[in-house]
Amino acid sequence: MSESDSKDTPEQAEFRQHCRDWLCDNTPAEPSFRLPISALEIMTEEQLKYLKDWQKSAYDAGLVGCDYPVEYGGGGRTNCQRIANEEMHRAKTPYMPNIIGLGMAAPTLLHHGQEELKKHLLPRLLSGEDIWCQGFSEPGSGSDLASVQTFAQRDGDAWIINGHKVWTSLAHFAAWMIILLRTDKTEKHGGLSYFVVPISSALGQGVTVKPLIKMTGETGFNEVLFEDLPVNDGLRLGGLGQGWQVATTTLLHERDAGELVTPRSGGMKNAASHNADTANLIDLARKTQYNGKPAVQDPLLRDRIMQQLIRETGLQENQRRARVPALLEHPARLQLQNKLLRSEIAQETAALALEVAGASASLYLGDENAPAGGQWPLAYMSTYGNTIAAGTSEVQRNILGERVLSLAKSK
Amino acid sequence: MAQPDDYGFSEEAALLKYSARKFFKSNFPTDKLQKMVADNPDSARVQISNWDKALWQQLLELGWTLLAVPESADGLGLPAVAVAGLVEEVGRAAFPCPLLATLNTTYVLAACGESANGALREIAEGTTATLALTNRAGSWQPEDTEVVASEGKLNGTAYFVQDAGKVDKFLVCARKGTGHSLYWVATDAPGITVHADAIVDLTRDQAHVDFADVEADQVCEDGLKALGQAFPAICTMLAADVIGAAEWQLQTTAEYARTRTQFDRPIGFFQAVKHPLVDVMIQIDEAKSLVYNAACAIDHEPKRAAEYAHMAKASASETAAFASSRSVQFHGGIGYTWECYVQLYFKRQKHSQMLWGDAAWHRGRLADIVLGKVS
Ligand SMILES: Cc1cc2nc3c(=O)[nH]c(=O)nc-3n(C[C@H](O)[C@H](O)[C@H](O)COP(=O)(O)OP(=O)(O)OC[C@H]3O[C@@H](n4cnc5c(N)ncnc54)[C@H](O)[C@@H]3O)c2cc1C
Repeated sequence: MSESDSKDTPEQAEFRQHCRDWLCDNTPAEPSFRLPISALEIMTEEQLKYLKDWQKSAYDAGLVGCDYPVEYGGGGRTNCQRIANEEMHRAKTPYMPNIIGLGMAAPTLLHHGQEELKKHLLPRLLSGEDIWCQGFSEPGSGSDLASVQTFAQRDGDAWIINGHKVWTSLAHFAAWMIILLRTDKTEKHGGLSYFVVPISSALGQGVTVKPLIKMTGETGFNEVLFEDLPVNDGLRLGGLGQGWQVATTTLLHERDAGELVTPRSGGMKNAASHNADTANLIDLARKTQYNGKPAVQDPLLRDRIMQQLIRETGLQENQRRARVPALLEHPARLQLQNKLLRSEIAQETAALALEVAGASASLYLGDENAPAGGQWPLAYMSTYGNTIAAGTSEVQRNILGERVLSLAKSK
Repeated sequence: MAQPDDYGFSEEAALLKYSARKFFKSNFPTDKLQKMVADNPDSARVQISNWDKALWQQLLELGWTLLAVPESADGLGLPAVAVAGLVEEVGRAAFPCPLLATLNTTYVLAACGESANGALREIAEGTTATLALTNRAGSWQPEDTEVVASEGKLNGTAYFVQDAGKVDKFLVCARKGTGHSLYWVATDAPGITVHADAIVDLTRDQAHVDFADVEADQVCEDGLKALGQAFPAICTMLAADVIGAAEWQLQTTAEYARTRTQFDRPIGFFQAVKHPLVDVMIQIDEAKSLVYNAACAIDHEPKRAAEYAHMAKASASETAAFASSRSVQFHGGIGYTWECYVQLYFKRQKHSQMLWGDAAWHRGRLADIVLGKVS
């Protein structure tokens, strides 16, 4: 596999060195408390503070938002976020808490926001001071996102919002929400408009956030109810009735297929953060007895572990090949597979780990005899969040078939 | 050694790849292939191995067989990624020719050291060749060869010899005393009998070859070492052929799904067609990414070349099977006919799937490397 720094531009090489130097002294120590698998399951203020402090310090050092323009609080660099991400991963830093802000709200704001709004909102978003959430899904609108019903009624220079959003990750900590609203009931796609709306400052004044509990027992997503919330027209992104086009920018970035590389860190080993990857699977198979022998010696399990390793390596190599235009058949073909493959491969790997663990797969977090601290059942269940959220795997296959293979649209 | 991020896939490599694609598009469209190799549906026929020798001659003149020959033997010494890019296009065209066989032989000879320089020079001058080392059970371990060398003469039979009817020379792995050595011999040398196999694949030929007191030049003493060193390249190049052919299968089937209408809709509308086609695409992309990683490792990360080649061929074998299955199924009745071109690729892919090891075989070897052998 590749050593990516061998192809750095001079700017990237210098920046990489800066990242390494800074990370060497500033990678935070592991917390004494447990961190969840991802930012989407942050439950306590203590966890949030630790992660927000980390994002802020990485931002101050120029490792977050490096490719955003300076006037919006970015680093004004070119193609450097990927470098920062690689170095943060290598340094095993904690993850960023404001992942919806960084991954979705920021690129959407940058592409479609008015000047004043970008100057006002982006710096605090990039630093993590403001946590963002995404209000797209509703009880009646999931895969068929363009059917959303939450309504914005014109009222002079403002809009009055009423409706019900659901599965809204991080809403309980959020200062702001990107939201897809209906401004016209006579047209489906053309009746949508896109806004940013305040959440924490409007709690009890038109906004109610109610936590929902996941199958894993964790919180992290919510219902958000809007009752006569007034919103200024200046908070609209893109034209009236252009909401769907703006949402496309959000969704592309959400699925790792957008233009801007999302600031992303991680890699920290923590008792409670456990990647459903083959390195961990092999580790488990070495420690586990299966049919009276180490599982790693069982011929059928060996074959299946290798299947996972091959798929995982193939996905890594896809990401590398996506950067070599001469080896692509279609410009978006690999990017559009990313989210689908990442989530499905992790799901298969975790499922296999449960089989390797055998009877011990019944033991969950907190049981002292559980292999890997009971992380595998949690990791396995968590992967369903990823095959459902951000466009289900089925919807991803529709998109791939329709956009890349030009097959007839399913709607 | 680390791999360059872009696989070292240079502009020159891209030019080679895309001019090959253009060349086949204008000179060897699929209807020409069908007319050439599928004129006789009689399954009892002995392989007649029709191929476009004149077109192959043009490719020889373009220097395609020189590409992998090291510069020290008057070749071009192109990196494996560039060669893989070309082979992918040969697979896409399913062009019957001894390129792959000659490349395989070249990689083995290049791993032999000085003693094989003469043979390499012959390849640089346009000689074509293939490997003769598989036993009757189809073992991919060359130490299982049934050919024996003693007093400079070869005796025994080599099986599953690829494109034997198209090449000038054999590179034979023969047991000699307690070791194994490699021998270079003309396919029409006295004592050699080539028995063409009747095979499913219409785009290649295959034979078992009898050696009876054949005088041959030894070009390598430690044959197993050279073969082991070249094995990643052999697997990777075949995998490159497979992904090219699979891309043809995908595009052809997607085209059919866009145009064939049933229940008032193009059949690609139905998710029972759409989603598996997407899965074919996903498998091709995985295999393709693994092929370029493996090819790059051959020149830049040789210590891991075997590991990556096992991944590439395992993935390509699965892709060959799945793309073939879906290409016939989604063409419906017409897909089951002799006249429909998907049959040509289906058969080539079933051949490639097992050749030089199927997916499970490669995963077994990969497991030995990654997890350690089972005690
Ligand atoms: C952990 C998690 C976090 C989330 N966070 C957020 C968030 O922060 N903000 C937000 O707005 N939303 C969020 N979501 C919601 C998510 O985007 C939706 O759950 C998702 O889009 C699916 O919608 P749905 O739940 O209504 O399922 P449905 O759309 O009702 O789907 C049910 C089943 O039907 C299948 N299906 C539906 N349509 C088709 C079709 N055309 N073809 C084939 N199969 C189809 C689906 O694939 C699925 O299997 C989150 C979800 C999860 C699980």
